Amino acid sequence: MFEFKTKTKQMAIALTVVGVILWAVGFALNGSSSHDAGHRHEAHTEESHDSYPGEVHAAMIESSSHQSADHDDHVDDEYADETHDYPGEAHAAIVKSTHESDDAHAEHGHEAHAEHAAHQIANRPWSAIYVAAIFFLGLGLGQLFFLGIQYVAQAGWSAGLLRLMEAQSFAIVIPLIVIAIIAFLGFGHVHHLFHWMAEGIHIKGHENYDAIIAGKRSFLNPTFFTIRILIYIGGWIWAAKMLRKYSLLSDSGDGAAMWKKNRGIAAAFTVFYAVTSSTSAWDLIMSIDTHWFSTLFGWYTFAGMFVSSFAALILLTLYMKGQGHMEWINENHLHDLGKFMFAFSVFWTYLWFSQFVLIWYANIPEEVTYYMQRFEQYKVPFFTMLSLNFILPVLAVLSRPAKRVPGTVVMAAIFVLVGHYMDHYVMIMPGTVADRYGFGLLELGPILFFAGLYIYVVLSSVAKAPLMHKNHPMLTESKNFHQ
Amino acid sequence: MGHTKHNPIVRALFNDDDVVLDAVKDLRSSGYHISEVYSPFPIHGLDEAMGLKRTRLSTAAFFYGLAGLFFASWLTYYTMTADWPQNIGGKPNAYWFLNMPAFVPVMFELTVFFAAHLMCWSYFAVNKLYPGAKAQNPDPRTTDDHFLMEVELEGKETDLTKKLQELGALEILKVEA
Repeated sequence: MFEFKTKTKQMAIALTVVGVILWAVGFALNGSSSHDAGHRHEAHTEESHDSYPGEVHAAMIESSSHQSADHDDHVDDEYADETHDYPGEAHAAIVKSTHESDDAHAEHGHEAHAEHAAHQIANRPWSAIYVAAIFFLGLGLGQLFFLGIQYVAQAGWSAGLLRLMEAQSFAIVIPLIVIAIIAFLGFGHVHHLFHWMAEGIHIKGHENYDAIIAGKRSFLNPTFFTIRILIYIGGWIWAAKMLRKYSLLSDSGDGAAMWKKNRGIAAAFTVFYAVTSSTSAWDLIMSIDTHWFSTLFGWYTFAGMFVSSFAALILLTLYMKGQGHMEWINENHLHDLGKFMFAFSVFWTYLWFSQFVLIWYANIPEEVTYYMQRFEQYKVPFFTMLSLNFILPVLAVLSRPAKRVPGTVVMAAIFVLVGHYMDHYVMIMPGTVADRYGFGLLELGPILFFAGLYIYVVLSSVAKAPLMHKNHPMLTESKNFHQ
Repeated sequence: MGHTKHNPIVRALFNDDDVVLDAVKDLRSSGYHISEVYSPFPIHGLDEAMGLKRTRLSTAAFFYGLAGLFFASWLTYYTMTADWPQNIGGKPNAYWFLNMPAFVPVMFELTVFFAAHLMCWSYFAVNKLYPGAKAQNPDPRTTDDHFLMEVELEGKETDLTKKLQELGALEILKVEA
């Protein structure tokens, strides 16, 4: 039985505390620098106002044609505006209809612009927490789903690993709470991560009115959104608790009967998760870029979460072995975990490319804006994350011997973890802070915070039960697993 | 796949895959060399028990796939950009790279095609399988429900025969190499 030592406990807590402090310092600094940035920004707006009298918005739509050398400075601003105003054409039309004169239009453009900039700067601390929360949610959620799959598929090889998956599933609780709090703070306009939560956005004639978002009101409204979030939280945590409960009961009782109970729960959960994995991705991530949509988005997000959770499981398994536990886990099990990680990083790439190539090829303005911004503003993180998530894992663990050696598998797992943090970063940041992104205390803090809590939650639930089931019906198969 | 044999060969026929697997392990641990096992289906763990070297086919497959990738890149470059530049849906065609995303499906498919086909032909070539090749099977029953093991004879023949009988062989036959 694994013992969660006080020293490790203190380290996990220290990580969490340091994370909070770093974030708080970052938050304080962020507030003071935003004032200057706001001024800098207003100067720019003034300039762009002069350059395009009357047609500020229309001009911004054609950002690519205005990126000549002398306009270098306010390319940023154009994007900053675009993040919330896409598709530009539709917006320009709406603005025209609601504002009588060109003067009023320009005036509105100016104010809205400065406000956007201030919002983006204020968004960054919240965005940074949100990215880390989604990333760490994925580490637990992927393993919860994988745990369910073990029962549904009647898998035998993994019986010796189930306790680790159970422990990881519990790690969804804290990120879920943080995500819910951040999402609900949006209703109080503490931050502006979700554009559709803006006041009066669905009310015709209101200064924030947006016809496209108003059209999505039946789905994206506070009541239904809250209900959905609560359903996700309830359903997922219920599944994690129940699967754990019968797994623990099986140690003192009838293993086969408890296994059957878990199989029923897992079957129900798999169906529930099939729906909620997609809808939660729309709610939590896709709704940030409210105008944009992609039918593949749910699977794409799921694939990213799934593969990063395998990376975490591999690291956890090897940590346990390094501590002298789980002598029944050998290179054959590691090989299978490596295969899963490899397969799902290829699967993730496949979905990423499928989503990208259709949008790129169709070249429809309201769709391509999403990638335009990522290709131009987020060039470095975007391409780094693609190579970390696809090229490096493929090269590292393509061959069979490489999947059976801890060294290469750990290296690939770290690539995948870093890559998928960046993937979530590139999913969330462009819609919330546009070009005002970076990696500093604000981003590092939440990572340490969640990492500390993740380690604490996972290791303490690993320590609560023997690492090996006593009466699991397929234990022998797992112990003799061979390939 | 036979290799040059100097010692006489003893053939033993079995009717159970688990018995064959155990017999192989047992004989190898007593120092015998198993030159071949014929079986109607793949036996899990037999290659390891026989001490066979791992196939290099997977390494070859990687390079075959790479060849396919390069071929596809050249094909799309030549047909879509160099020889007759094609403007499809207004996609940039001045440089191959600009239009590359559109060619990824072709590149993927040809990578798989090359890897799969060349691997298959390599397998045939290495195993000397070609149309009209004679079956290298000492006993047709191994294509139905029997398993045949070929052991190189070292030491006294009676010892080996006795051992094979203990291990569950149904028929034992000595052949000169």
